[in-house]
Amino acid sequence: MVMDDKKLQVSAIKNGTVIDHIPANSLFKVIHILGLEKIESQMTFGSNFESKRLGLKAIIKLADIFFMDDDINKIALVAPEAKLNIIKDYKVVEKKIVEVPDTVTGIAKCGNPKCITNHEGIVTKFAVVSKKKVAIKCHYCEKITDSEHMEIF
Amino acid sequence: MENKNLVSITDYSKEEIFEILDLAADFEKNPNQNLLDNKVIATLFFEPSTRTRLSFESAISRLGGKYIGFTDASSSSVSKGESLKDTIMTVANYSDMIIMRHPIEGSARWASEVSRVPVVNAGDGANQHPTQTLLDLYSIRKTQGTLDNLDIFFVGDLKYGRTVHSLLQAMAMFNTTYHFISPKELRIPDEYKLFLDRKGLKYHEHREFDGIISDADIIYMTRIQRERFSDPMEYEKTKNSYVLKNGMLDNTKSNMKVLHPLPRVNEIDTDVDENEKAYYFTQALNGVYTRQAIITHILGLKK
Repeated sequence: MVMDDKKLQVSAIKNGTVIDHIPANSLFKVIHILGLEKIESQMTFGSNFESKRLGLKAIIKLADIFFMDDDINKIALVAPEAKLNIIKDYKVVEKKIVEVPDTVTGIAKCGNPKCITNHEGIVTKFAVVSKKKVAIKCHYCEKITDSEHMEIF
Repeated sequence: MENKNLVSITDYSKEEIFEILDLAADFEKNPNQNLLDNKVIATLFFEPSTRTRLSFESAISRLGGKYIGFTDASSSSVSKGESLKDTIMTVANYSDMIIMRHPIEGSARWASEVSRVPVVNAGDGANQHPTQTLLDLYSIRKTQGTLDNLDIFFVGDLKYGRTVHSLLQAMAMFNTTYHFISPKELRIPDEYKLFLDRKGLKYHEHREFDGIISDADIIYMTRIQRERFSDPMEYEKTKNSYVLKNGMLDNTKSNMKVLHPLPRVNEIDTDVDENEKAYYFTQALNGVYTRQAIITHILGLKK
């Protein structure tokens, strides 16, 4: 089996999902968005690997976990360049890139301190107005939050 | 499709806007119509706005309806810590429509989602004030005979002025040419320039006010507030640079009208009031007809 130097730094998995090209400072947000805190499978997190494109990147290896597209696309908000390798019997059987969704529900916090969603217990809703440099528009206050100011619940 | 609520001007199509403006014209001809007989309208003002509230209450009264409500949050259960959701769900039991002003942005959208009766947004923080926008559109159409292909000059606080932002969005449907005249600290935010770029509409930004308004069909004046300036020196330097004086109207087009959402402080000299190009007090009167139109349209009482 061919493995490059970067992948040798963490152990291989038999079946599951590898999420690569996560910006290092988004690792914990991705963990949180995917709800990995509550999953009991074996998982490996690596961070601060050198990456030409991202500067420092992080990687997540999840044994026996496979995601639906809608679920995995949620991480595009904080890791728009993330790539998924689906592993079956130690082999990459499928590669996927994440796609920024058209709408975002309940993940991000509205950046406007005067927004009603920051004052009452309301599930946030946004329309994605820019996918390249991610920017989301609040369904309630109509203000735009860009990726730099985006906070994840 | 007809909207059950009026939360944001961008929820309304061109056709629906015209329906409301046509209805308002009907109310201008015949203001007293008993269409709200046996109807109760709630006017919930979580922050005071005497002018908007009186305009709504006048509209309801001319339609023969009754209204209940409060004029600021300190006289309501909000001061006891009640959530907006609870207030709205309770008041929806007592009324056929809720008209609300609230300092928090997005509050009207949220209210419209939890209320079982229609909600009309009478201003939510710096976000939207769609009934003002509709009365502005009514005033523009009435004085110009059309909404198409006009040159509109927005003057003053273009950064925080929500009436400017909403009117700008609505006028984008009508091939408007925009002129933005403001001090540097209060210039129109980039997101609105991007919006106009995407629509392919022309706009010009100016720092100077005098001598550039000869092409104007509408001059939309706004109030510059001291507290908007981070530097008080800057306020003192600029406060008199954006004042409309009667003499400035000499070389303007004969169809040109001056609009202002009111209240005015000193940004329009009082001697302009006598000029036939001054339209702001009639604009406020149009607000009553427009609000009659909005209420009856949403309740399906008049087609």
